[in-house]
Amino acid sequence: MPVQYTSIVREHQTVRNDVGIFDISHMGQLIADGSGAGEWLNTMLTNNVDKLDVGVGQYTFLLNERGGIIDDLIVYRIGEQRYLLVVNAARADEDFSWLQNHLKEGRSQERTSGGLETVAPCKLINRSADFGGVAVQGPRIAELFHALFGENANLPSRNTITDFPFSGTTVSVARTGYTGEDGIEVFFCATDAVKFWNAVLDKGKQLGIKPCGLGARDTLRLEMCYPLNGSDLSAERNPIEAGLGFFVDLTKPNFIGRDVLLNTKDAGPREKLVPFRMKEKGPPPRPHYTVFRDGERIGEVTSGTLSPSLNWGIGMAYVSSAHAKNGAEIEIEIRGQKFAATVEKKPLYRKPAP
Amino acid sequence: MTIPDDLLYTESHEWIKREGDNIRVGITDHAQSELTDVVYVELPKVDRQVNAKEATAVVESVKAASDIFAPAKGTVVEVNKTLEADPGLINREPYGQGWIFVLKINNADELKQLKDVEAYRAQIS
Repeated sequence: MPVQYTSIVREHQTVRNDVGIFDISHMGQLIADGSGAGEWLNTMLTNNVDKLDVGVGQYTFLLNERGGIIDDLIVYRIGEQRYLLVVNAARADEDFSWLQNHLKEGRSQERTSGGLETVAPCKLINRSADFGGVAVQGPRIAELFHALFGENANLPSRNTITDFPFSGTTVSVARTGYTGEDGIEVFFCATDAVKFWNAVLDKGKQLGIKPCGLGARDTLRLEMCYPLNGSDLSAERNPIEAGLGFFVDLTKPNFIGRDVLLNTKDAGPREKLVPFRMKEKGPPPRPHYTVFRDGERIGEVTSGTLSPSLNWGIGMAYVSSAHAKNGAEIEIEIRGQKFAATVEKKPLYRKPAP
Repeated sequence: MTIPDDLLYTESHEWIKREGDNIRVGITDHAQSELTDVVYVELPKVDRQVNAKEATAVVESVKAASDIFAPAKGTVVEVNKTLEADPGLINREPYGQGWIFVLKINNADELKQLKDVEAYRAQIS
């Protein structure tokens, strides 16, 4: 996916006002399959897959032993014993080896304790190269969905995934996204990618559809305060510090990173990820700018841009917890000069009531 | 992509217009289309002395901040204040109302090292 097809701002507005299409074929797809898949995934992921009915997905984290975030992903239960993990492109191989190694380790431990027959089977497959995908996002999604799949097709409800026949093939449609607008993410055989992309552009023409790039994807998600792995999330940060404890089920008896998260929760994180907004119109904040308060360094910006919806500088930063409060006055250092900003609540942009 | 043939160019995509002892500086049509959506311009102070290739202004798009370099050693004598209120002028009129600053240069010979229209066209094609 290019940074932009025409203009980040125009592509951004298209998604907020009409509908836009993103090529997300780079994202990774892993499949865990077998009667032990659910139980095993619950030891590897922070959220609780037991809460998923067939056809439902949830946002979750894959953590290292230190509680640091290897990846953030969506896991869909696509069968009684079958799960689809949609992971970040840059992490797909790392996620797969991490999971694969733990799957093997688990088996050999059971074997040495002589309890092989007690291990419920699960196999893990990396299907990243086989699948293509698009995100189709924007308020006109329902019209476009029916134009693509027929008037009688039911738009899946939020966070669910359903297979639909499409022009001689089958595609999986999930009602998910990364923009804050209503929308779908569609996965299909890589060989059907061009066909589906062109069909969406064709049916979407009268709705004002535009192909949208990584630039707009980033400004849209940042206005909603959705984190980006590699910027706001990393192997050095845990979900509690990132303010995403909602997607961690600490009542589960055992998952990798759980002990560290319990400690962080008890002691309180040293730093927290907070959204902020500049006080004056001026240069937009950018990743790695230093955050100050009363002349003291209190943190670092992880994401920043000029919000196309607000036409105003916004961002997210890790700051010491003492200052991670809604309304706290902070300063962002931009090329040696300090600019005032305020810690805000999520999201940084709310759609005006129609 | 417009590349006027009466201007000089730098490798870093500034255009230069000779005006007697002064040079007027902006960014090329190619540069603005690569950046797109200029949202903020940080102008130098008038009377600032700069060396050739010194970062003199900053043009920020939605995506990134980019330095604008002085094409030659000199003193800033004029800046385009209009850009503070309307940074999008750089996108709309990169060679006209979207100019960024004017330098009074010390040594016109330095301009001989800049690219002519053919050399710049070759660079971006």
